[in-house]
Formats: sequence, structure tokens, C-alpha cells
Amino acid sequence: MSSLVIIDSECANLSSIYKAVKYVNLEPVISDDSKTIASARAIIFPGVGSFAHAASLISRKRLTGSLLGAITAGIPFLGICLGMQLLLSRSEEIGSDNSNKPAEGLNAIPGEVKRFPAELPVPHVGWNRVMPDHEDPLFRGLEQSSNGGAYFYFTHSYYAQPRNQTHILGYTDYGFPFTSAVKKGNLYGVQFHPEKSGPAGLRLLSNFGNIIADNRD
Amino acid sequence: MLAKRIIPCLDVRDGRVVKGTRFINLRDAGDPVERAAFYNREGADEIVFLDITASVEKRRAIVDVVEKTAEVVFIPLTVGGGIDSVDFMQELLNSGADKVSLNTAALKNPALIQAGAERFGSQCIVLAMDARRSEQNRSGDESSWEVYSHGGRTPTGRDAIEWAKEAEKLGAGEILLTSMDADGTLEGYDTALLSSVAEAVSIPVIASGGAGKLEHLYEALTKGKAHAVLAASILHYGTYSIAEIKEYLSQKGLPVRPVKN
Repeated sequence: MSSLVIIDSECANLSSIYKAVKYVNLEPVISDDSKTIASARAIIFPGVGSFAHAASLISRKRLTGSLLGAITAGIPFLGICLGMQLLLSRSEEIGSDNSNKPAEGLNAIPGEVKRFPAELPVPHVGWNRVMPDHEDPLFRGLEQSSNGGAYFYFTHSYYAQPRNQTHILGYTDYGFPFTSAVKKGNLYGVQFHPEKSGPAGLRLLSNFGNIIADNRD
Repeated sequence: MLAKRIIPCLDVRDGRVVKGTRFINLRDAGDPVERAAFYNREGADEIVFLDITASVEKRRAIVDVVEKTAEVVFIPLTVGGGIDSVDFMQELLNSGADKVSLNTAALKNPALIQAGAERFGSQCIVLAMDARRSEQNRSGDESSWEVYSHGGRTPTGRDAIEWAKEAEKLGAGEILLTSMDADGTLEGYDTALLSSVAEAVSIPVIASGGAGKLEHLYEALTKGKAHAVLAASILHYGTYSIAEIKEYLSQKGLPVRPVKN
């Protein structure tokens, strides 16, 4: 098995991600089967909606182990939007169960997911610029920080705050600079939606395809 | 900084675009997929399809349009018009729509906003509102607007600002606000309506109705405090291209996503 697996997190944008990934000539399969995930060559982990709901869905589907296994094995992994936030330790977002306990993430990137300060309009929705912190194959060919960074499409009310500076790949300015991309080895997470970010988003997905190809060599 | 969005709106009936005259370079300007792809190439930040199909039996056509558009256009797609159930929202989102906009059905049954937001997230739910200056507002300087349903044909007695606040509370993620007084006049947006609603809610407001000149768009985004402008006639009849609009706004100091990004 050597496939790119898009995790079926039952979110609304699954088909958009599938279509965009196909458009850049990758051959994805959508799956929530832990065996398929365990044998994947690369993973895209999408998500929209509430953190607690998605976290409980992952554990109900018994995917926590296979996702963490894939991350530990170091295969190329891309979390998108809530899929990025779920890579962190926990979130301030109150879950639908109304318990005041913070919902737990995968803890692959230590840190918290926090709500934007009350004085900012939320959700943060629309096109904003991503400034890579350093050169990385994921942002190859895209506008770099010296030019202000490329525009990507965002829609979210919470943002990731990694504890470890070295896990931060890019920033976006929304009244203050927040982390919009994370990286640890082949593990990537982006807060924006590359599948809805026009040419820049397609370029990023195609760059991810190159990261997959390089990893096979 | 968050860019101001320029959003073309395509009216679709029975799977065909019903407006526009300038599309000599397109094989079929009436094909919504081609038109959406055209605006995407021109630098549109999102696309809105407003389905004005009259008969329920022909509703399927819009699902097909969304499905095909989402295969070639990779910017957010919103679909509105006649959406009255969570199941239909699901079907549109599964086909590749990113957001659905609710209007008359939400006025009849506000719980639909909540049901949609809980199932798909607030980012998927746009409240579309058609508002008109109320009698005392037209005669004096009282600022109040009444919400109309059924494509602006039926007064509802609801106050626009109160309805916006309620929709936000129920889980709407954005408000698409059309001034019926300004719509079609090409004389500018109702910036008093826009700013009154924008100040009452924290979710983004998309301005619609009245744009005829570039400065109208600028006014909606500054004086009107809108996050985005919906553009129909000004684009469809070739008055301005998206590149010209963005160039103008950028020169006036507003952040926009460059056409070549």
C-alpha cells in the first residue's frame, strides 16, 4: 500500500480537499479505517467545526493510535484548519458536552489552542498573509516573508500556540501575529484552507506532493 | 492584515446564468461553471451562486453546478436560494459548496440557522438579508430598516439590526446584507444600513446592492464597515474588472489579495 490518505473526519470540506488534491495530480483515498491509515505513505488530516466534537470523533473511531503511529513513523502528514489544531495538546474551546474541561488533542505539537481576544471580530474569516518563519519545502515558490507572504483563505475562531518556538513554521497578522503553520519533521499543520486558497493553495498542496515523493526516495 | 474581499454573485436559473453581456471570450457565458472559472482567473476572492430557480423539481440543477465548479475553482463557493433544510445544506456542502446562505427559510424558522451551525459549523452558514428603509426612516432621520422575505417581495415586520443580532446568536458566521433601496440604482450602497448592522454584530458583513462606481465599493468597505463586497452588475456588464477594482482599492490604502497571488 502506498497511498495518500485523507482522514474521513466527517467534516463539511472533505470533498473540497479531495478535489484540490486530485487537481494537483495526487491520488488520494478518503478513509477512516485504521489499517489503511497505518499503511499510508502520507496523510492529510482535515477538520472544521468544534475541537471537542472532532477530538471525540477521532477517539470514537479509534483513530488516535494509528494517527500517532503515522506521526511517529515520520510519514508526511498535513493537518488542515481544525486538523492542525488537533495536533496540539489541548484547546480552550468548550465542547458540546458543556463540561468545563479543556478538550485534549493528539499532543504531537505541545501547546494550546486559544480563542482570539474578545476585541477582535471572530471568526477570522477571509484572505490573510502567511509569513514563513524560515525557508521550507511546503512554501517553496510562494511569496516569502520579505514580501509580506502569500495570501491564503482562513475561517476560524481559535488559533494554535505551540509551546516550542522551533515548531512554528509561519505567522499571520490579525491584530497580533498568531501561528498559522506548524512543523515538526514531516509533520505539518496549517490553520488556513489550501484547498480554497486559489493558486497559492494549489501550489502548497503540490509542494506537499513533492515532500511525499522525496520521502519515498 | 485581513484582505477586503471582492465576491462576484451569479444568478442561476435552471442551471444557467441569467445576467451578463461582456463575456465574448467565453464559449458559453451562460454556463455557471465557465463563468465562475472566469471570475476565479480574474482574481475573485469567493463566488456566490444565487439559485433563482422557481420550481422545486429543477432544484437538482444547482447541485450539479456546484459539483462541477468545485472541480476547477479552488476558492470558497457559497450557494443561496431556496435552501430550507439541513439535508439540502448537507447535499450542497458534499457537492463542494463551502457555505450556504439562508434567507426566507431562516425568517420562517430561525432554528434552521442553529441546526446548520451545529451540524456544519458557523463558518458554513451565511445569513442573507434583504432590508429596506422603514417609513419613518425614509421621511425623517430615524435609522431603521425592515427585513423582507421571498426575494424582497414580502415585508416581515422584523427590524434588520435585531435580526442580524439574533442570527449571530443562533450561529450564523457571516451576514450578506442587501439594501433593497439601493439595489439596482448604481448610486451607491446604503452605508448607514451597513455600518448599523456591522456595529451591532461581530461577524463579518458582506455589502450588496447599489454599486455603480469604484468609490461606492470603497465607501461600503470604509464608511459602511463591511468586510467584503458582493458585486453583480458592475462586473457582469463589464463596467469594471476585478483587477481594476482591486487596483483602485489598493491605491486607496485598503488591503486586497493581489490578482496574481
